Amino acid sequence: MAKMSGAQALLESLERQNANVIFGILGGAILPVYDALCTYPNIRHILARHEQGAAHAAEGYARASGRVGVCMATSGPGATNLVTGIANAYMDSSPVVALTGQVPSSGVNTSYMIGRDAFQEADIVGITTPITKYNFQPRTVAEIPTVVNTAFYIASTGRPGPVLIDLPKNVQAQTAEVEVTDRIEARGYKSMIEMDLTKISEAVNLLTNAERPIILSGGGVIISNASDELMQMSDLLIAPVATTFMGKGSFPEGHPLSVGSIGMHGNPAANKLLGEADVLLAVGTRFSDRATANLDTFCPNAKKIHIDIDEAEIGKNVEVDVPIIGDAKTALKLLFTALTDKLHKTEDTRWSKRVKEAKEQLSPLLKDRPKDLVPKALLTELRKLLPENAIVTTEVGQNQMWSALYFQALKPRTFISSGGLGTMGFGFPAAIGAKVACPDRPVVDIAGDGSFIMTEQELACSVTEKIPVTVIVLNNSVLGMVAQWQRMLYKRRYMAVNLGKTPDFVKLAEAYGAQGFRATSIEEFQKAVKTALNSKVTTVIDVPIGSEEDVVPFVPPGCGLPQQRGDY
Amino acid sequence: MEAGKTKVISVLVENKPGVLHGVANLFRRRNFNIDSITVGLSEQPNTSRMTITVNGDQKTIEQVVKQLAKLIDVLTVEELEQGNFVMRELALIKVNVPTPKERSDIINCVDVFRGRVIDVSTDSLTVEITGTPDKIDAFLNLMKTFGVIELARTGITALARGSKSIRIDE
Repeated sequence: MAKMSGAQALLESLERQNANVIFGILGGAILPVYDALCTYPNIRHILARHEQGAAHAAEGYARASGRVGVCMATSGPGATNLVTGIANAYMDSSPVVALTGQVPSSGVNTSYMIGRDAFQEADIVGITTPITKYNFQPRTVAEIPTVVNTAFYIASTGRPGPVLIDLPKNVQAQTAEVEVTDRIEARGYKSMIEMDLTKISEAVNLLTNAERPIILSGGGVIISNASDELMQMSDLLIAPVATTFMGKGSFPEGHPLSVGSIGMHGNPAANKLLGEADVLLAVGTRFSDRATANLDTFCPNAKKIHIDIDEAEIGKNVEVDVPIIGDAKTALKLLFTALTDKLHKTEDTRWSKRVKEAKEQLSPLLKDRPKDLVPKALLTELRKLLPENAIVTTEVGQNQMWSALYFQALKPRTFISSGGLGTMGFGFPAAIGAKVACPDRPVVDIAGDGSFIMTEQELACSVTEKIPVTVIVLNNSVLGMVAQWQRMLYKRRYMAVNLGKTPDFVKLAEAYGAQGFRATSIEEFQKAVKTALNSKVTTVIDVPIGSEEDVVPFVPPGCGLPQQRGDY
Repeated sequence: MEAGKTKVISVLVENKPGVLHGVANLFRRRNFNIDSITVGLSEQPNTSRMTITVNGDQKTIEQVVKQLAKLIDVLTVEELEQGNFVMRELALIKVNVPTPKERSDIINCVDVFRGRVIDVSTDSLTVEITGTPDKIDAFLNLMKTFGVIELARTGITALARGSKSIRIDE
């Protein structure tokens, strides 16, 4: 036991969790914590320029490193500005702990207290209830260590997700005898339920008799660090591996058995083969609508095995034959052990030949290479310029779907994008967070001009804090993806998609103290990227592209994966 | 109660602020329909029991149970097995009494339904009645002929039959 303030108790507990980076912005109701930060030199505070940026940066940090990302804001608008970032982390199952200041829960001036609509008061606990795994509002100093431990535990175990701690200002400031413990209190929380081994043997039976097995790998494989086990399984079954968008990077996309990601803008080879398979082994995926498209024609001929740590995902969207509730890594290991004795496959089965053929015919990467600096050329070129372990983030829209199609992710945690919520403006702050987590690796944000403008102010953060990342702006002066939908689905009636006079991104970068380049040819692009990778300052590369460039092929809304259309 | 459509779910939750909000929020957010929800202390310390009646097909009910189980303040969730639980609802009904003749008619009905008159004024009676929702519906229909001035229903509360219990192991 030691006498300390609530703010100190918080920071002591964060240190105990090895949380040594906080992305945040301060304000009145969180001042006691910032004051205490002066005496905690081991905790690095990175000043974002908007709380949304802080939240996305914390998520980028978490997804690049696998550790819990921490963001912090003041009460009221500070807290509500975190909301998009928290919702994003919730949808993509990212471990983030958000700390917010709150007006006092008690004190001398009772007009300035919770529930009285005090200045900068917002019910952030109420607001974030549906978008967090859990949230806390400690009312005593003594409970803070347990609250922090429990928050980190809940955020990082089971299916990870964001947890919010709302700290009333008086609780931050008060002092009390505090025991900085490792105690966790969450009796209603089960991070994992015991795996049902009969389901493993049912899965073994299906897989042993499968003629055309396919593996669908989701974000859960990355979260569970199960890529090695996935590779083993694919080798054993000689099964092609398709990923969901969130699963991109869980299996090296250059591998002969990789067929790319499925979905609305998925790789046609993946979408096609899914329809031909007789057994589907889906791992760590929630079968999102953008992945499955119309469920009636999703993988219609296959018996389905579904491994997921979240029991509620079983049967939520897709009915499955064999549910396995548990951690992807553990489940894949068990399956592998049980299968190795039974399965003796030889290479060049008819299915492997079919996979090879489908890739050759359908894979967008193997089709012709354009000479101009169009998105496809740019992204295949970028892959060549970056080392395997470079981290790529994306914004949302066409830039994101082009990246899904044409940029090969080779390692887990190297492709970070807003899959579930689809948050424009995510990629750049997430890149900053990823760079903080992995300072020795290049980090590149593939952006569109529309998305980049949404969080571009974080250039100030990246320059000031010396967190050099590279932003590639695919600049078409339109909100490209919605423009594409208006073109294809609304008879070219364009409404509110033209961005008109977009800023000069080279000058914009320079105005912030970053460096800017414009690339109009593959050679210029190569040169700009090489310079950026060797620079100690953030670089923005502006790449003008045609405003009517489509992401094709695509599955129109309401259609099934086999109805993918469009020349590519 | 319509068989096979409305299901009763018994939930043990932490007895602390925000828990009801969390549960109610889940129903709204996941597009589940609550028919009724009752909350009160349970036999265990710091633990409340919620009885929730939900409308939906089996797939929906399964999702309700799984999503509820994920809430950290939810300790256990169980769908009560059709026909294997007891349930009661309480209603307070304030009935209009125009004439003495009707007063005795109402009191007769109350006796048949084993209710109680708990408040009397010159032109009204307040009746307490307990039972299954069906029984309360039936009684309420009778009272409507006299004129219902006010109605308050609690929603059902329920427990599994026999010595079977839904509780948490400490």
